[in-house]
Amino acid sequence: MTFVSITAATLAKDIRLEWRSKDAINAMLFFSLLVVVIFSFAFDPTAEESRRIAGGLVWVAFLFAAIVALNQTWARELRNQVLDAYRVSPAPTNPLFLAKAFGNFIFVSILEALMIPLFIAFYKLRALGPAWELAPIALLGTWALVVNGTFFAAISLRTRSREIMLPLLLFPISIPALLGMVNATTAVLTGEASARFWIALLLAYDVVFTIACLLLFETVLEAE
Amino acid sequence: MKRGMSILAVVTALLLSFALYEALIGAPTEQTMGNVQRIFYYHVPSAWTAFLLFLVNFVASVLFLIRRDTKADILALVTAEVGVVFCTVVLVTGPIWARPVWGIWWTWDLRLTLTLVLWLIYVSYLVLRQFSTSSQTPVLAAVLAIFGALDVPLVYFSIWFFRTQHPAPVIGSGGSLEPRMAHVLLINWAAFLCLAWLVGWTRYRLEVAKREVDEAQALESLLESPR
Repeated sequence: MTFVSITAATLAKDIRLEWRSKDAINAMLFFSLLVVVIFSFAFDPTAEESRRIAGGLVWVAFLFAAIVALNQTWARELRNQVLDAYRVSPAPTNPLFLAKAFGNFIFVSILEALMIPLFIAFYKLRALGPAWELAPIALLGTWALVVNGTFFAAISLRTRSREIMLPLLLFPISIPALLGMVNATTAVLTGEASARFWIALLLAYDVVFTIACLLLFETVLEAE
Repeated sequence: MKRGMSILAVVTALLLSFALYEALIGAPTEQTMGNVQRIFYYHVPSAWTAFLLFLVNFVASVLFLIRRDTKADILALVTAEVGVVFCTVVLVTGPIWARPVWGIWWTWDLRLTLTLVLWLIYVSYLVLRQFSTSSQTPVLAAVLAIFGALDVPLVYFSIWFFRTQHPAPVIGSGGSLEPRMAHVLLINWAAFLCLAWLVGWTRYRLEVAKREVDEAQALESLLESPR
Protein backbone atom coordinates (compact mmCIF):
# COMPACT_ATOMS: atom_id res chain seq x y z
CA MET A 1 0.00 0.00 0.00
CA THR A 2 1.35 3.39 -0.86
CA PHE A 3 1.00 6.63 1.05
CA VAL A 4 -1.77 7.81 -1.23
CA SER A 5 -3.77 4.60 -1.20
CA ILE A 6 -3.74 4.40 2.61
CA THR A 7 -4.89 8.00 2.82
CA ALA A 8 -7.62 7.39 0.26
CA ALA A 9 -8.82 4.18 1.94
CA THR A 10 -9.08 5.80 5.38
CA LEU A 11 -10.73 8.90 3.99
CA ALA A 12 -13.26 6.83 2.01
CA LYS A 13 -14.08 4.85 5.15
CA ASP A 14 -14.67 8.00 7.19
CA ILE A 15 -16.82 9.60 4.53
CA ARG A 16 -18.88 6.41 4.19
CA LEU A 17 -19.36 6.28 7.96
CA GLU A 18 -20.43 9.91 8.04
CA TRP A 19 -22.68 9.48 5.00
CA ARG A 20 -24.54 6.65 6.72
CA SER A 21 -24.85 8.20 10.18
CA LYS A 22 -24.65 11.95 9.40
CA ASP A 23 -23.95 12.46 13.13
CA ALA A 24 -21.31 15.15 12.86
CA ILE A 25 -22.80 17.10 9.98
CA ASN A 26 -26.27 17.26 11.53
CA ALA A 27 -24.99 18.32 14.93
CA MET A 28 -22.67 20.95 13.40
CA LEU A 29 -25.36 22.35 11.13
CA PHE A 30 -27.96 22.68 13.85
CA PHE A 31 -25.44 24.16 16.26
CA SER A 32 -24.26 26.85 13.88
CA LEU A 33 -27.85 27.56 12.83
CA LEU A 34 -28.62 28.26 16.49
CA VAL A 35 -25.60 30.54 16.76
CA VAL A 36 -26.68 32.50 13.67
CA VAL A 37 -30.25 32.92 14.93
CA ILE A 38 -29.31 33.83 18.50
CA PHE A 39 -26.66 36.36 17.48
CA SER A 40 -29.00 37.84 14.92
CA PHE A 41 -31.67 38.32 17.61
CA ALA A 42 -29.21 39.62 20.16
CA PHE A 43 -27.56 42.25 17.98
CA ASP A 44 -30.17 42.97 15.29
CA PRO A 45 -27.46 44.75 13.31
CA THR A 46 -27.81 47.22 10.46
CA ALA A 47 -26.02 46.39 7.20
CA GLU A 48 -23.13 48.65 8.15
CA GLU A 49 -22.64 47.14 11.63
CA SER A 50 -23.03 43.59 10.44
CA ARG A 51 -20.18 44.08 7.97
CA ARG A 52 -17.94 44.85 10.93
CA ILE A 53 -19.03 42.00 13.18
CA ALA A 54 -19.93 39.25 10.68
CA GLY A 55 -16.32 38.11 10.21
CA GLY A 56 -16.04 37.40 13.91
CA LEU A 57 -19.47 35.77 14.20
CA VAL A 58 -19.02 33.50 11.18
CA TRP A 59 -15.68 32.14 12.30
CA VAL A 60 -16.63 31.74 15.94
CA ALA A 61 -19.72 29.80 14.85
CA PHE A 62 -17.62 27.57 12.58
CA LEU A 63 -14.95 27.10 15.22
CA PHE A 64 -17.43 25.94 17.85
CA ALA A 65 -19.30 23.77 15.36
CA ALA A 66 -16.07 22.20 14.09
CA ILE A 67 -15.31 20.99 17.62
CA VAL A 68 -18.19 18.50 17.18
CA ALA A 69 -16.60 16.87 14.14
CA LEU A 70 -13.11 17.07 15.61
CA ASN A 71 -14.12 15.41 18.87
CA GLN A 72 -15.48 12.33 17.17
CA THR A 73 -12.50 11.98 14.80
CA TRP A 74 -10.58 9.61 17.03
CA ALA A 75 -13.21 8.76 19.62
CA ARG A 76 -14.96 6.80 16.87
CA GLU A 77 -11.85 4.63 16.47
CA LEU A 78 -11.80 3.61 20.13
CA ARG A 79 -14.77 1.28 19.67
CA ASN A 80 -13.64 -2.22 18.74
CA GLN A 81 -10.02 -1.17 19.37
CA VAL A 82 -9.60 0.18 15.85
CA LEU A 83 -6.95 2.60 17.06
CA ASP A 84 -4.91 -0.24 18.53
CA ALA A 85 -5.14 -2.03 15.21
CA TYR A 86 -3.74 1.07 13.52
CA ARG A 87 -0.88 1.12 16.00
CA VAL A 88 0.20 -2.45 15.37
CA SER A 89 -0.28 -2.28 11.62
CA PRO A 90 2.91 -1.69 9.63
CA ALA A 91 1.26 1.18 7.72
CA PRO A 92 2.91 4.59 8.21
CA THR A 93 0.98 6.91 10.52
CA ASN A 94 1.03 10.13 8.51
CA PRO A 95 -1.48 8.96 5.86
CA LEU A 96 -3.85 8.18 8.72
CA PHE A 97 -3.47 11.70 10.11
CA LEU A 98 -3.85 13.31 6.69
CA ALA A 99 -6.96 11.26 5.92
CA LYS A 100 -8.54 12.31 9.20
CA ALA A 101 -7.63 15.96 8.62
CA PHE A 102 -8.96 15.86 5.03
CA GLY A 103 -12.15 14.22 6.29
CA ASN A 104 -12.70 16.97 8.84
CA PHE A 105 -11.83 19.56 6.22
CA ILE A 106 -14.55 18.18 3.95
CA PHE A 107 -17.15 18.08 6.75
CA VAL A 108 -16.43 21.62 7.90
CA SER A 109 -16.36 22.88 4.29
CA ILE A 110 -19.81 21.38 3.66
CA LEU A 111 -21.01 23.09 6.82
CA GLU A 112 -19.60 26.40 5.62
CA ALA A 113 -21.11 26.05 2.16
CA LEU A 114 -24.53 25.47 3.70
CA MET A 115 -24.28 28.16 6.37
CA ILE A 116 -22.80 31.05 4.41
CA PRO A 117 -26.01 31.75 2.42
CA LEU A 118 -27.89 31.91 5.72
CA PHE A 119 -25.36 34.35 7.15
CA ILE A 120 -25.66 36.50 4.05
CA ALA A 121 -29.44 36.53 4.32
CA PHE A 122 -29.69 37.14 8.07
CA TYR A 123 -26.96 39.76 8.26
CA LYS A 124 -27.70 41.46 4.92
CA LEU A 125 -24.08 41.00 3.89
CA ARG A 126 -22.52 42.38 0.76
CA ALA A 127 -18.76 42.56 0.35
CA LEU A 128 -17.40 46.01 -0.39
CA GLY A 129 -13.88 44.66 -1.03
CA PRO A 130 -12.73 42.02 -3.53
CA ALA A 131 -15.13 39.15 -2.80
CA TRP A 132 -13.03 36.48 -4.54
CA GLU A 133 -10.52 36.81 -1.69
CA LEU A 134 -13.06 35.14 0.58
CA ALA A 135 -12.38 31.80 -1.18
CA PRO A 136 -8.68 31.53 -0.18
CA ILE A 137 -9.56 32.88 3.28
CA ALA A 138 -12.18 30.15 3.74
CA LEU A 139 -9.88 27.39 2.47
CA LEU A 140 -6.83 28.44 4.50
CA GLY A 141 -8.90 29.25 7.58
CA THR A 142 -10.72 25.92 7.55
CA TRP A 143 -7.48 24.02 7.12
CA ALA A 144 -5.94 26.00 9.99
CA LEU A 145 -8.82 24.91 12.24
CA VAL A 146 -8.93 21.26 11.25
CA VAL A 147 -5.23 20.45 11.02
CA ASN A 148 -4.51 21.42 14.61
CA GLY A 149 -7.96 20.30 15.70
CA THR A 150 -7.38 16.78 14.37
CA PHE A 151 -3.99 16.70 16.06
CA PHE A 152 -5.21 17.95 19.43
CA ALA A 153 -8.18 15.60 19.30
CA ALA A 154 -5.62 12.77 19.27
CA ILE A 155 -3.93 14.32 22.34
CA SER A 156 -7.16 14.91 24.25
CA LEU A 157 -8.14 11.28 23.63
CA ARG A 158 -5.91 10.32 26.57
CA THR A 159 -7.51 12.69 29.09
CA ARG A 160 -10.44 12.76 31.45
CA SER A 161 -13.48 14.63 30.07
CA ARG A 162 -11.90 14.70 26.63
CA GLU A 163 -14.73 16.57 24.95
CA ILE A 164 -13.99 19.61 27.11
CA MET A 165 -10.26 19.17 26.77
CA LEU A 166 -10.09 19.70 23.00
CA PRO A 167 -11.23 23.35 22.97
CA LEU A 168 -9.02 24.09 25.99
CA LEU A 169 -5.98 22.92 24.03
CA LEU A 170 -7.02 24.13 20.60
CA PHE A 171 -8.25 27.68 21.25
CA PRO A 172 -5.07 29.22 22.77
CA ILE A 173 -2.92 27.86 19.94
CA SER A 174 -5.46 28.93 17.32
CA ILE A 175 -5.49 32.59 18.36
CA PRO A 176 -3.25 33.83 15.50
CA ALA A 177 -5.24 31.79 12.97
CA LEU A 178 -8.52 33.17 14.30
CA LEU A 179 -7.15 36.71 14.20
CA GLY A 180 -6.16 36.06 10.61
CA MET A 181 -9.52 34.65 9.51
CA VAL A 182 -11.61 37.26 11.28
CA ASN A 183 -9.54 40.25 10.21
CA ALA A 184 -9.21 39.04 6.63
CA THR A 185 -12.97 38.48 6.37
CA THR A 186 -13.73 41.86 7.93
CA ALA A 187 -11.23 43.54 5.61
CA VAL A 188 -12.95 42.07 2.56
CA LEU A 189 -16.47 42.80 3.80
CA THR A 190 -15.83 46.42 4.76
CA GLY A 191 -13.42 47.02 1.88
CA GLU A 192 -11.44 49.40 4.11
CA ALA A 193 -8.16 47.53 4.27
CA SER A 194 -6.25 44.92 2.34
CA ALA A 195 -6.61 41.31 3.44
CA ARG A 196 -3.25 40.35 1.94
CA PHE A 197 -1.28 40.39 5.20
CA TRP A 198 -3.84 38.22 6.96
CA ILE A 199 -3.99 35.72 4.09
CA ALA A 200 -0.19 35.47 4.20
CA LEU A 201 -0.36 34.96 7.97
CA LEU A 202 -2.93 32.17 7.55
CA LEU A 203 -0.75 30.55 4.92
CA ALA A 204 2.28 30.69 7.24
CA TYR A 205 0.21 29.24 10.09
CA ASP A 206 -1.03 26.40 7.87
CA VAL A 207 2.43 25.54 6.60
CA VAL A 208 4.10 25.65 10.04
CA PHE A 209 1.49 23.56 11.80
CA THR A 210 0.91 21.06 8.98
CA ILE A 211 4.63 20.27 9.08
CA ALA A 212 4.65 20.14 12.89
CA CYS A 213 1.63 17.81 12.94
CA LEU A 214 3.16 15.45 10.39
CA LEU A 215 6.48 15.37 12.26
CA LEU A 216 4.96 14.77 15.70
CA PHE A 217 1.86 12.70 14.94
CA GLU A 218 3.61 9.36 15.19
CA THR A 219 4.90 10.31 18.65
CA VAL A 220 1.37 11.12 19.79
CA LEU A 221 -0.24 8.04 18.26
CA GLU A 222 2.31 5.71 19.81
CA ALA A 223 2.02 7.36 23.23
CA GLU A 224 -0.24 4.94 25.07
CA MET B 1 22.04 19.47 47.83
CA LYS B 2 20.12 20.50 50.91
CA ARG B 3 22.93 22.82 51.91
CA GLY B 4 22.99 24.44 48.48
CA MET B 5 19.31 25.09 48.79
CA SER B 6 19.67 26.75 52.21
CA ILE B 7 22.40 29.00 50.86
CA LEU B 8 20.23 29.89 47.86
CA ALA B 9 17.30 30.63 50.18
CA VAL B 10 19.40 33.01 52.28
CA VAL B 11 20.83 34.73 49.21
CA THR B 12 17.33 35.10 47.75
CA ALA B 13 15.94 36.58 50.96
CA LEU B 14 18.81 39.08 51.22
CA LEU B 15 18.62 40.04 47.56
CA LEU B 16 14.84 40.42 47.65
CA SER B 17 14.99 42.69 50.72
CA PHE B 18 17.74 44.79 49.20
CA ALA B 19 15.89 44.98 45.87
CA LEU B 20 12.70 46.00 47.67
CA TYR B 21 14.55 48.78 49.49
CA GLU B 22 16.19 49.95 46.28
CA ALA B 23 12.93 49.90 44.32
CA LEU B 24 10.88 51.76 46.93
CA ILE B 25 13.45 54.16 48.42
CA GLY B 26 16.78 53.92 46.60
CA ALA B 27 15.60 54.58 43.05
CA PRO B 28 14.86 58.18 42.08
CA THR B 29 11.21 59.14 41.59
CA GLU B 30 10.21 59.33 37.96
CA GLN B 31 9.47 62.89 36.85
CA THR B 32 6.10 62.59 35.13
CA MET B 33 4.65 59.35 36.48
CA GLY B 34 5.71 59.74 40.09
CA ASN B 35 5.80 56.83 42.49
CA VAL B 36 3.53 54.60 40.43
CA GLN B 37 6.48 54.08 38.11
CA ARG B 38 8.17 51.98 40.82
CA ILE B 39 5.98 49.01 39.91
CA PHE B 40 8.23 48.83 36.85
CA TYR B 41 10.89 47.20 39.07
CA TYR B 42 8.54 44.27 39.62
CA HIS B 43 6.75 44.20 36.30
CA VAL B 44 9.75 44.03 33.99
CA PRO B 45 11.88 41.54 35.97
CA SER B 46 8.84 39.25 36.32
CA ALA B 47 8.29 39.39 32.58
CA TRP B 48 11.93 38.57 31.82
CA THR B 49 11.89 35.74 34.33
CA ALA B 50 8.64 34.31 32.94
CA PHE B 51 9.88 34.41 29.34
CA LEU B 52 13.16 32.82 30.37
CA LEU B 53 11.29 30.03 32.15
CA PHE B 54 9.09 29.42 29.10
CA LEU B 55 12.22 29.22 26.97
CA VAL B 56 13.67 26.62 29.35
CA ASN B 57 10.35 24.77 29.18
CA PHE B 58 10.62 24.59 25.38
CA VAL B 59 14.23 23.39 25.46
CA ALA B 60 13.42 20.80 28.14
CA SER B 61 10.41 19.56 26.14
CA VAL B 62 12.49 19.08 23.00
CA LEU B 63 15.19 17.34 25.05
CA PHE B 64 12.61 15.07 26.59
CA LEU B 65 11.21 14.03 23.20
CA ILE B 66 14.70 13.22 21.97
CA ARG B 67 16.17 11.51 25.03
CA ARG B 68 13.05 10.51 27.01
CA ASP B 69 14.81 11.63 30.16
CA THR B 70 12.51 12.01 33.18
CA LYS B 71 14.61 14.87 34.53
CA ALA B 72 13.89 16.93 31.41
CA ASP B 73 10.19 16.24 31.82
CA ILE B 74 10.16 17.36 35.47
CA LEU B 75 12.15 20.45 34.48
CA ALA B 76 9.55 21.26 31.79
CA LEU B 77 6.70 20.84 34.29
CA VAL B 78 8.41 23.00 36.92
CA THR B 79 9.37 25.81 34.54
CA ALA B 80 5.84 25.94 33.14
CA GLU B 81 4.32 26.17 36.63
CA VAL B 82 6.71 28.82 37.94
CA GLY B 83 6.57 30.64 34.59
CA VAL B 84 2.78 30.88 34.78
CA VAL B 85 3.08 32.35 38.28
CA PHE B 86 5.53 35.05 37.14
CA CYS B 87 3.49 35.68 34.02
CA THR B 88 0.44 36.22 36.25
CA VAL B 89 2.43 38.79 38.23
CA VAL B 90 3.19 40.58 34.96
CA LEU B 91 -0.46 40.57 33.89
CA VAL B 92 -1.58 41.88 37.29
CA THR B 93 1.05 44.58 37.81
CA GLY B 94 0.68 45.86 34.23
CA PRO B 95 -2.93 47.12 34.56
CA ILE B 96 -2.21 48.58 38.02
CA TRP B 97 0.43 50.75 36.37
CA ALA B 98 -1.53 51.37 33.17
CA ARG B 99 -4.67 52.70 34.85
CA PRO B 100 -3.11 55.92 36.29
CA VAL B 101 -0.56 56.37 33.49
CA TRP B 102 -2.48 55.45 30.32
CA GLY B 103 -5.93 55.96 31.85
CA ILE B 104 -7.00 52.44 30.84
CA TRP B 105 -6.59 49.03 32.44
CA TRP B 106 -5.94 47.09 29.31
CA THR B 107 -5.31 47.56 25.62
CA TRP B 108 -4.80 45.04 22.82
CA ASP B 109 -1.24 46.07 22.30
CA LEU B 110 1.54 43.83 20.98
CA ARG B 111 3.36 43.03 24.21
CA LEU B 112 0.24 42.83 26.36
CA THR B 113 -1.53 40.50 23.98
CA LEU B 114 1.55 38.36 23.44
CA THR B 115 1.98 37.95 27.20
CA LEU B 116 -1.68 37.09 27.63
CA VAL B 117 -1.59 34.52 24.83
CA LEU B 118 1.58 32.98 26.30
CA TRP B 119 -0.15 32.77 29.65
CA LEU B 120 -3.17 31.06 28.01
CA ILE B 121 -0.96 28.57 26.17
CA TYR B 122 0.95 27.58 29.29
CA VAL B 123 -2.21 27.35 31.37
CA SER B 124 -3.60 24.96 28.77
CA TYR B 125 -0.33 23.04 29.04
CA LEU B 126 -0.82 22.70 32.81
CA VAL B 127 -4.48 21.75 32.32
CA LEU B 128 -3.42 18.96 29.95
CA ARG B 129 -0.95 17.65 32.53
CA GLN B 130 -3.65 17.84 35.17
CA PHE B 131 -6.33 16.03 33.16
CA SER B 132 -4.27 13.46 31.34
CA THR B 133 -4.97 9.90 32.39
CA SER B 134 -2.31 8.31 30.27
CA SER B 135 1.07 7.17 31.51
CA GLN B 136 2.41 9.04 28.50
CA THR B 137 1.43 12.48 29.81
CA PRO B 138 5.04 13.74 29.51
CA VAL B 139 5.10 12.94 25.78
CA LEU B 140 1.77 14.64 25.10
CA ALA B 141 2.74 17.65 27.21
CA ALA B 142 6.11 17.99 25.45
CA VAL B 143 4.37 17.92 22.06
CA LEU B 144 1.96 20.62 23.21
CA ALA B 145 4.87 22.73 24.50
CA ILE B 146 6.50 22.57 21.08
CA PHE B 147 3.24 23.63 19.41
CA GLY B 148 2.97 26.51 21.85
CA ALA B 149 6.50 27.67 21.09
CA LEU B 150 5.82 27.49 17.33
CA ASP B 151 2.78 29.65 17.90
CA VAL B 152 4.70 32.51 19.51
CA PRO B 153 6.17 34.07 16.32
CA LEU B 154 2.78 33.75 14.60
CA VAL B 155 1.05 35.50 17.48
CA TYR B 156 3.78 38.13 17.42
CA PHE B 157 3.32 38.92 13.72
CA SER B 158 -0.46 38.84 13.90
CA ILE B 159 -0.51 41.46 16.63
CA TRP B 160 2.47 43.41 15.31
CA PHE B 161 0.24 44.36 12.41
CA PHE B 162 -1.69 46.58 14.76
CA ARG B 163 -0.30 49.78 16.19
CA THR B 164 1.56 49.23 19.43
CA GLN B 165 1.04 51.28 22.56
CA HIS B 166 3.31 49.67 25.14
CA PRO B 167 6.37 51.78 26.05
CA ALA B 168 9.24 50.60 23.86
CA PRO B 169 11.76 48.36 25.60
CA VAL B 170 14.13 50.56 27.56
CA ILE B 171 17.04 48.16 27.57
CA GLY B 172 19.11 47.26 24.53
CA SER B 173 17.56 49.63 21.99
CA GLY B 174 19.41 52.83 22.79
CA GLY B 175 17.01 53.27 25.69
CA SER B 176 16.94 56.41 27.77
CA LEU B 177 16.66 54.70 31.16
CA GLU B 178 18.44 56.59 33.89
CA PRO B 179 21.56 54.59 35.01
CA ARG B 180 20.43 54.46 38.63
CA MET B 181 17.05 53.08 37.56
CA ALA B 182 18.68 50.49 35.31
CA HIS B 183 20.82 49.46 38.26
CA VAL B 184 17.76 48.96 40.50
CA LEU B 185 16.02 47.10 37.69
CA LEU B 186 18.89 44.66 37.31
CA ILE B 187 19.13 44.08 41.07
CA ASN B 188 15.43 43.28 41.09
CA TRP B 189 15.85 40.94 38.16
CA ALA B 190 18.67 39.13 39.94
CA ALA B 191 16.48 38.79 43.03
CA PHE B 192 13.55 37.49 40.97
CA LEU B 193 15.74 35.00 39.15
CA CYS B 194 17.00 33.68 42.49
CA LEU B 195 13.43 33.42 43.73
CA ALA B 196 12.34 31.58 40.57
CA TRP B 197 15.29 29.26 40.91
CA LEU B 198 14.53 28.57 44.57
CA VAL B 199 10.83 27.92 43.98
CA GLY B 200 11.58 25.84 40.90
CA TRP B 201 14.19 23.79 42.70
CA THR B 202 11.86 23.11 45.63
CA ARG B 203 9.09 22.13 43.24
CA TYR B 204 11.52 19.92 41.32
CA ARG B 205 12.48 18.02 44.46
CA LEU B 206 8.84 17.71 45.44
CA GLU B 207 7.98 16.24 42.04
CA VAL B 208 10.89 13.80 42.19
CA ALA B 209 9.77 12.67 45.65
CA LYS B 210 6.16 12.38 44.47
CA ARG B 211 7.14 10.19 41.54
CA GLU B 212 9.28 7.98 43.79
CA VAL B 213 6.35 7.54 46.17
CA ASP B 214 3.98 6.74 43.29
CA GLU B 215 6.41 4.20 41.91
CA ALA B 216 6.94 2.60 45.32
CA GLN B 217 3.20 2.37 45.88
CA ALA B 218 2.62 0.85 42.46
CA LEU B 219 5.35 -1.71 43.15
CA GLU B 220 3.96 -2.48 46.58
CA SER B 221 0.43 -3.09 45.34
CA LEU B 222 1.88 -5.27 42.60
CA LEU B 223 3.76 -7.41 45.10
CA GLU B 224 0.83 -7.68 47.47
CA SER B 225 -1.73 -8.68 44.88
CA PRO B 226 -2.72 -12.32 45.12
CA ARG B 227 -1.51 -14.47 42.31
